[in-house]
Amino acid sequence: MDSNNNITSIWDFFQNPIIMNLLIGVVYFAAIAAFITVLVIILMWMDRRVAAFFQERLGPIKYGPQGLLQPVFDAVKMVSKGNITPRNVDKLVYNLAPMLIFMTTLLVYAALPYGKNLTVVNLNVGVLYLIAISSTATIAILMGGWGSNNKYSLIGGMRTVAMIISYEIPFAFSLLGIIMLTGSMNMTDIINAQKNVWFVFLQPLAFVVFMITAMAELNKSPFDLPEAESELVAGFITEYAGMKFGLVYLAEYANMFSMAAIAVTLFFGGWQGPLLPSWLWFLIKTLLMVFFIMWIRWTLPRIRIDKMMKLNWKVLIPLSILNIFLTGIGIKLYQYFTGMGGV
Amino acid sequence: MDFNAIVSAVMSNIVFYLLAFIIIVFALMMVTSKNLVHSALFMIVTFLGVAGIYVMLQADFLAVVQIMVYIGAISILLVFGVMLSRRDNMDRSNLNNSFGVAAFFVAAFLFVIITRLMVATEWIGLVSTRPVESTAGQIADLLLGPNMVAFEAAGLLLLVAMVGAIILGKGVDQSK
Repeated sequence: MDSNNNITSIWDFFQNPIIMNLLIGVVYFAAIAAFITVLVIILMWMDRRVAAFFQERLGPIKYGPQGLLQPVFDAVKMVSKGNITPRNVDKLVYNLAPMLIFMTTLLVYAALPYGKNLTVVNLNVGVLYLIAISSTATIAILMGGWGSNNKYSLIGGMRTVAMIISYEIPFAFSLLGIIMLTGSMNMTDIINAQKNVWFVFLQPLAFVVFMITAMAELNKSPFDLPEAESELVAGFITEYAGMKFGLVYLAEYANMFSMAAIAVTLFFGGWQGPLLPSWLWFLIKTLLMVFFIMWIRWTLPRIRIDKMMKLNWKVLIPLSILNIFLTGIGIKLYQYFTGMGGV
Repeated sequence: MDFNAIVSAVMSNIVFYLLAFIIIVFALMMVTSKNLVHSALFMIVTFLGVAGIYVMLQADFLAVVQIMVYIGAISILLVFGVMLSRRDNMDRSNLNNSFGVAAFFVAAFLFVIITRLMVATEWIGLVSTRPVESTAGQIADLLLGPNMVAFEAAGLLLLVAMVGAIILGKGVDQSK
């Protein structure tokens, strides 16, 4: 009997490309989930220590070396808390929102290049995919804000929509310059194009706009208006307790890492670097970037709600459009002087 | 027939009918839901299903744009839904009206047109047998090449609409 044409063994079944892809997908998912869990524990510790450092205190140092076990204690406390659902919430929307917030975070991790040939899915439209996924997070946050049936939560959710929808425009525009330079939206192509010079040197204006808008997309101070604790209690997460709050909290730190990873990939040459293996370079650069984000976060005070919109529409969007123009002119000049391509 | 080919065909059929089922069920739920916000959320699932169909057709660029434009826009819709319908009880915010007959005729008209188009199209020639390398590049070539004028006109129209909306929103300064 020809083993290629008939089901002779269970092994044949698993060798089918579609079944194989499904299984590999499950493995990838487990790997990413484990990666995020470990990562968030480290980031939580790092955030508290960095915050303490900038505020001239010590931060958590009691449990484990340098207080590294503190997040584990926090996590155990979080899980053991009661799962409270307030009476007048919209049950389905309220309970779905934290899961969806975390899901959008997970989806971003699928497209990140962790090292040489180390990407879960190498999408042709990688950059666009990241922008699209980060825009869907808005809905999850608004669902949480609306489903909680609480005025503060709703205002927090509304602010998120107003903020993320408007900051998305300069966010996407700042990445256009890079796409123009590489001629591709594939993350791997973008990293390969930075072999000689990082895009942060070719696109300094885009990098500044990108970092400001990235802070806004992260809902982090100075753009933490959706959860401004002095005005809105805790914004859209006011009514969440226990593990539901934990998921939102987890997603926030995971988002911080993925945003830093996007910045490293697009502006700092991704996993490229001498001597050390590529995944280590990726981790080093990204953690440095995370430190930079925490630095900004713990240094600058919150921006006022009216100034936030002004900054976006009157400063960031014109700057990002200017960057596209300058990049276009730059490309044409380069082609003219090096004699590449017709002008 | 090769075993692998059978599994592939079965799987793509399963995925297609699953997506189709999701699209239709959630579209119906969107129309019948009495809660405005729930309606908008059901619409998101419908759009996600359509994006899934695009992925099955290997139109990755279109799928991502579907998610970015349509699903991103729904959050705006939700905000307006919440802001414009100030009711104590959201369960009665998406009420029925008495245009059932007119709606039936419009729906029937659209159904006839779409069915007519589906029957008239030569599907066999349209299907590309080899996988497409980069859909974004091809779309860009088409939009900025032969269809340049239509593309620019659409952009201009959108700009005019946006300026009009801003003027309507702000109101004209009467003192000048």
